[in-house]
Amino acid sequence: MAKDVRDRSIDPASREMLDVCQRAGLETAWDRYEKQQPQCGFGELGLCCRNCNMGPCRIDPFGEGAIKGVCGATADIIVARNFLRSIAAGAAAHSDHARDVAHTFRAVARGEAPSYGIKDQAKLERLMKEYGVDTEIALADAVMAEFGMQDGPLQFTRRAPARRLALWKKLGIEPRGIDREIVECMHRTHMGVDNDYVSLILQGLRTSLADGWGGSMIATELQDVLFGTPAPTFSEANLGVLELNQVNVIVHGHEPLLSEMIVAAAADPQLLELAKKQGAAGINVAGICCTGNEVLMRHGVPAAGNFLQQELAVATGAVDAMVVDVQCIMPALGALAGCFHTKFISTSPKARFPGAVHIEFKEQTARETASAIVQTAVLNYKNRNPAKVHIPNEKSKAMVGFSVEAIVGALGGNLDPLIGAIKSGAVRGIGAVVGCNNPKIVHDYGHINMVKELIKKDVLVLTTGCNAQACAKAGLLLPEAADLAGEGLKGVCKALGIPPVLHMGSCVDISRILVAAAALANALGVDISDLPAAGAAPEWMSEKAVSIGAYVVGSGVFTVLGTVPPVLGSSAVAGLLTGGAKDVVGACFAVEPDPFKAALLMIDHIDRQRKKLGL
Amino acid sequence: MKEVFVRLDRCLGCKSCENACAVEHSSGKSLIAALSEKPASLRRVYVEMVEGQKMPMICRHCKDASCVAVCRTGAMWQDPTSGVVDRHADKCVGCWMCAMVCPNGVIGQQKDARLAVKCDRCSGREVPACVEACPTHALIFSEEEEFSELLRKDAAARITRIYRARA
Repeated sequence: MAKDVRDRSIDPASREMLDVCQRAGLETAWDRYEKQQPQCGFGELGLCCRNCNMGPCRIDPFGEGAIKGVCGATADIIVARNFLRSIAAGAAAHSDHARDVAHTFRAVARGEAPSYGIKDQAKLERLMKEYGVDTEIALADAVMAEFGMQDGPLQFTRRAPARRLALWKKLGIEPRGIDREIVECMHRTHMGVDNDYVSLILQGLRTSLADGWGGSMIATELQDVLFGTPAPTFSEANLGVLELNQVNVIVHGHEPLLSEMIVAAAADPQLLELAKKQGAAGINVAGICCTGNEVLMRHGVPAAGNFLQQELAVATGAVDAMVVDVQCIMPALGALAGCFHTKFISTSPKARFPGAVHIEFKEQTARETASAIVQTAVLNYKNRNPAKVHIPNEKSKAMVGFSVEAIVGALGGNLDPLIGAIKSGAVRGIGAVVGCNNPKIVHDYGHINMVKELIKKDVLVLTTGCNAQACAKAGLLLPEAADLAGEGLKGVCKALGIPPVLHMGSCVDISRILVAAAALANALGVDISDLPAAGAAPEWMSEKAVSIGAYVVGSGVFTVLGTVPPVLGSSAVAGLLTGGAKDVVGACFAVEPDPFKAALLMIDHIDRQRKKLGL
Repeated sequence: MKEVFVRLDRCLGCKSCENACAVEHSSGKSLIAALSEKPASLRRVYVEMVEGQKMPMICRHCKDASCVAVCRTGAMWQDPTSGVVDRHADKCVGCWMCAMVCPNGVIGQQKDARLAVKCDRCSGREVPACVEACPTHALIFSEEEEFSELLRKDAAARITRIYRARA
């Protein structure tokens, strides 16, 4: 039976493509989500354990059946162990991304990666100073050493306010090394190791801090050095950025190492000439997910959409190559691309997909690989079946590129104007809204409604990831969107010529938000947990989001989740995360699927924080 | 006469009943063996999700069952003693009349063999496989009186807790 596309997405382009998919009998994540109903309640509650082969075990939440696993693990232990493993996986994903960037940076420093160079010399020098080294190679070695470090401290954790650092130390959650914390999570959750839910959750916080103030921050900073620190620029977003008469290359995934080269290759006169010979008017690169955000932030490459639009993009029939690296790439893409002429090209040695052509990326020959990929796309253009092409017109303009440096620049060189606006109440507070899409929430409904509600109440929104793309599509990243904001925020935005929602980058770039929060706290002489600020992930789905949520809370920011994390099987763990944590790290989680109510929770929190600061 | 009852507030949607049912109706009678059988063994219980409610749907073995009434070959029949509605494989011609009239939609189809497939309440087993597999005891195999008594006692306990909390 045809599903009402209005129940699936609020985005007009996505609705249009969902209609196209239904008529053509093309399956999407929404269909598969429905086929998964009902989803297992033990999984939803976090009550199943597969960590040893005496199991699998599960706990009866009603208490009538088993209340302990074979080893004796209770609901509290099982839920906490599962939660810790999610954090470990998320931290591993961000940090392994950072490791690849660090490898490339080291190769550049050694002169072994001729495709790359240093784009932000000033940041490079600042980092060398921060690490106390004199050469690029020494910096590369020092950064690489953070992964295998045994006793800490991670250099970038020093950016946190002194009070926060002291608190982490007191709690014993100062990360000792990126890989060490992740490995320890796996050790602790092995059968018969750590069986105290508080101790497990504390290790989760420590691991997540090694992500936020470690892996993610390393990825952000070194990417800025290699590819340039983002500065405000304009672009467009939504499926309407795909071009009917041009070769469309979509870059999707999370690492900019290859996509940077693809953007360069797409401007290569020889390849453009080849495209003309194939009958195409040009080569159009567009992004999806955070690879898209990376090239959007630095080059204004248009965004075709966010996570749940990856299949819809292929279904336009106008994508000549879907080039993917790592993370959030649906294995369904191969079969779907098989229904069209689209070449689905995997590039990472770590990430293979059924139905994909594998053209492996190596940093030594990055530019050549990128050229080969773009050429594949160009030569595929003539195979496009015009009868199957359907590109929605929908696209919105967006102002992007708000790195911390760019925000400080927009403010005139320091944070004083923002602090003044916060003190005067013109800006009520800061809302960091981030995260994925999830078919459990109507696509973009959570993102857009929460952000609109926040800016209406004078909360300046910082955004990354799929939320940023949702906002871009909805026109919220334009300076004119200030008209949707409350009078105070509107005035500030108009005076500075900035949107009320600032796109700060990809999901690893939530580290930029940490840096901004630390700078604000330091300027006010308080801890991050004292700031009139709140975080949210209205449509989160990935383990990376669990790690992000944990490091944001661990850094002292109250965070509202829009989908329920699998922890409700243990009232002790759920209670700790949504209440008890406040007395430990000065912040906790809340869960609220309704974006309007969730925004109210954030605003109430901001108001309470303002009161405590005497504002 | 014992029946399979469902405690609606207990179902977590894990589908253990579906798996156990398919295994019980396989030749190998084990999950591993059942996985390699062709045609694949079919379940007779269906965990549905409607308006946020997870609900295992299974044949109610109705009195004067309409599936039996419409069966023109006599394949579908009801045991007068146990009340179990079952079908003779050799007589079934796959006309799907039974599937069309079943008010609960719990008659499945083994399409290749054109055979109606439904709950036989695990003939030969003391307790049906689905009930045995249910980890939260959402499925109960009991007499109707026993089941009502169970619900009554649950309710009484709930009321007692509220009463005591207020007193």
